[in-house]
Amino acid sequence: MLSSEQDRAIPLNGQQHEPIVSIRDVRKRYGSLEVLKGVSFDIRRGEVVCIIGPSGSGKSTLIRCINGLSDIQHGSIIVDGIEVRDPRLDVIALRRKVGIVFQQYNLFPHKTVLQNVMLAPRLVLKESKDVVEQRARQLISKVKLDGKENVYPGELSGGQQQRVAIARSLAMRPDIMLFDEVTAALDPETVKEVLATIKELAQDGMTCILVTHEMGFAREVADHIYFTDGGVIVEDGPPSEIFGNARDPRTRRFLSQVL
Amino acid sequence: MTQAETMREARSTSFNLRQAVWIAVIAVSLFLVINVVNNQNHAGSDGSATAVLLRWMPYILEGFGLNLVMSCLAMVLATLFGVPLGIAQQSQSAFVRLPAQAVTHLFRNAPWLVVLFSVMYLIPANGNFLGQHVEIPDWIKATFAFSLPVMGNISEIVRGAIRSIPTGQWESASGLALSRRQTMIHIILPQCVKRSIPSWMNWYALLTLSTPMAAILGVREAVGSAQAAMEAGGGRPDFLIPFYLFLLCLFFLYIYPIARLTKKLERKYAVV
Repeated sequence: MLSSEQDRAIPLNGQQHEPIVSIRDVRKRYGSLEVLKGVSFDIRRGEVVCIIGPSGSGKSTLIRCINGLSDIQHGSIIVDGIEVRDPRLDVIALRRKVGIVFQQYNLFPHKTVLQNVMLAPRLVLKESKDVVEQRARQLISKVKLDGKENVYPGELSGGQQQRVAIARSLAMRPDIMLFDEVTAALDPETVKEVLATIKELAQDGMTCILVTHEMGFAREVADHIYFTDGGVIVEDGPPSEIFGNARDPRTRRFLSQVL
Repeated sequence: MTQAETMREARSTSFNLRQAVWIAVIAVSLFLVINVVNNQNHAGSDGSATAVLLRWMPYILEGFGLNLVMSCLAMVLATLFGVPLGIAQQSQSAFVRLPAQAVTHLFRNAPWLVVLFSVMYLIPANGNFLGQHVEIPDWIKATFAFSLPVMGNISEIVRGAIRSIPTGQWESASGLALSRRQTMIHIILPQCVKRSIPSWMNWYALLTLSTPMAAILGVREAVGSAQAAMEAGGGRPDFLIPFYLFLLCLFFLYIYPIARLTKKLERKYAVV
């Protein structure tokens, strides 16, 4: 097995060293409950980052802040030059750059698989039907759902629906993909097919930020792992370091419980 | 089609058949009752009440036609105004939302008869429109009046349907860079149609059943026509039962299938 770093075709124009997402001292509170207590890190283009940690540690909130689904009260998040706290923020421009896949898939039940994938490029990017349809069919094939183009989401398994959700996000040609516990609602036997899809995407050089409980997957695919607890990043490092030799006792305790 | 589906289909068909037979039995027995009553009270001179009823039936049916026209037109108006009103109730802007809520609640909570009288007296019977003399017939005014309370209720149906769509649909649409407006038009509202249809039909049935109220204001719909016919036939007390039973059957035969269909659609579109 090659390391993911070698597998990936990163454009050699030097851009890979520039952070594509820069998170600085982000704080967020829901009422009196502070869920993010000053989080900072950078993600480089083409990097695959996994955020792990116990439930309620603010992982999902953090990645929802990256595409502006959730707002922050302090600090800054800059995505490819766009500051999410900018009062004149063009939220549509931000979300065109950042795709997101959710735990509950959230496919549009009244539209077929093909229509689900085609909708946003047609409406938001205003691309022609032919161009979008061709790309949509390629993406459906990429997530291995050939033949399901005209099926409605209700007729698909959870794993299949989640792969449609990934294809639907990719159809917008994002620069960054966010995955918010995308396998948490799936049956164990369908988790694998979704993870394989994400892995392939990572190997193609897509910048991916994943919140996950799949430790084996994080270890295999991530370039960098952040362990969060209580709204802060307790520890971060390459998978070998986090899984092999965690320094912080909280990380060690968490890993001993889930591994 | 699976075997289970075929069986279900067959059962529902036979069920409908049984319903139809029952309705026929009820209708026939009602007319038997009418005849019995007539034979007892036969006045002789102007013929039996049934004969009078039969003579005036085309006139009453014509009136019933007006009930149907009023109910359909009022429903179209109520839908045209009620749907945007319901969407406006979910607006993020208070300038849109609050007036929409006020209008909705005003008409939902006003007695229909009060709305009817208000419209009758507020809208002039004739006036100048673009320099032309226009007369507004009473039945048009009544139609407009009936559309208002239904509009308020349709507004609430739409608001409820929008709110019943899971937030995940909004989130994933936002995640795909759709604007709020695009999300509403392409994602939310299409999903609202199915779940609104049963309540919408229910309001249509109620509306149709309320149209005879227009008789109070002299509109010659079925009930008003029947009353006029009884008057013209001599105003005998033995007219009352056959004439009103006939009206009852008329409305029942029209509304009952709608009510059945509503129930069926309710089950079919039940949101689990």
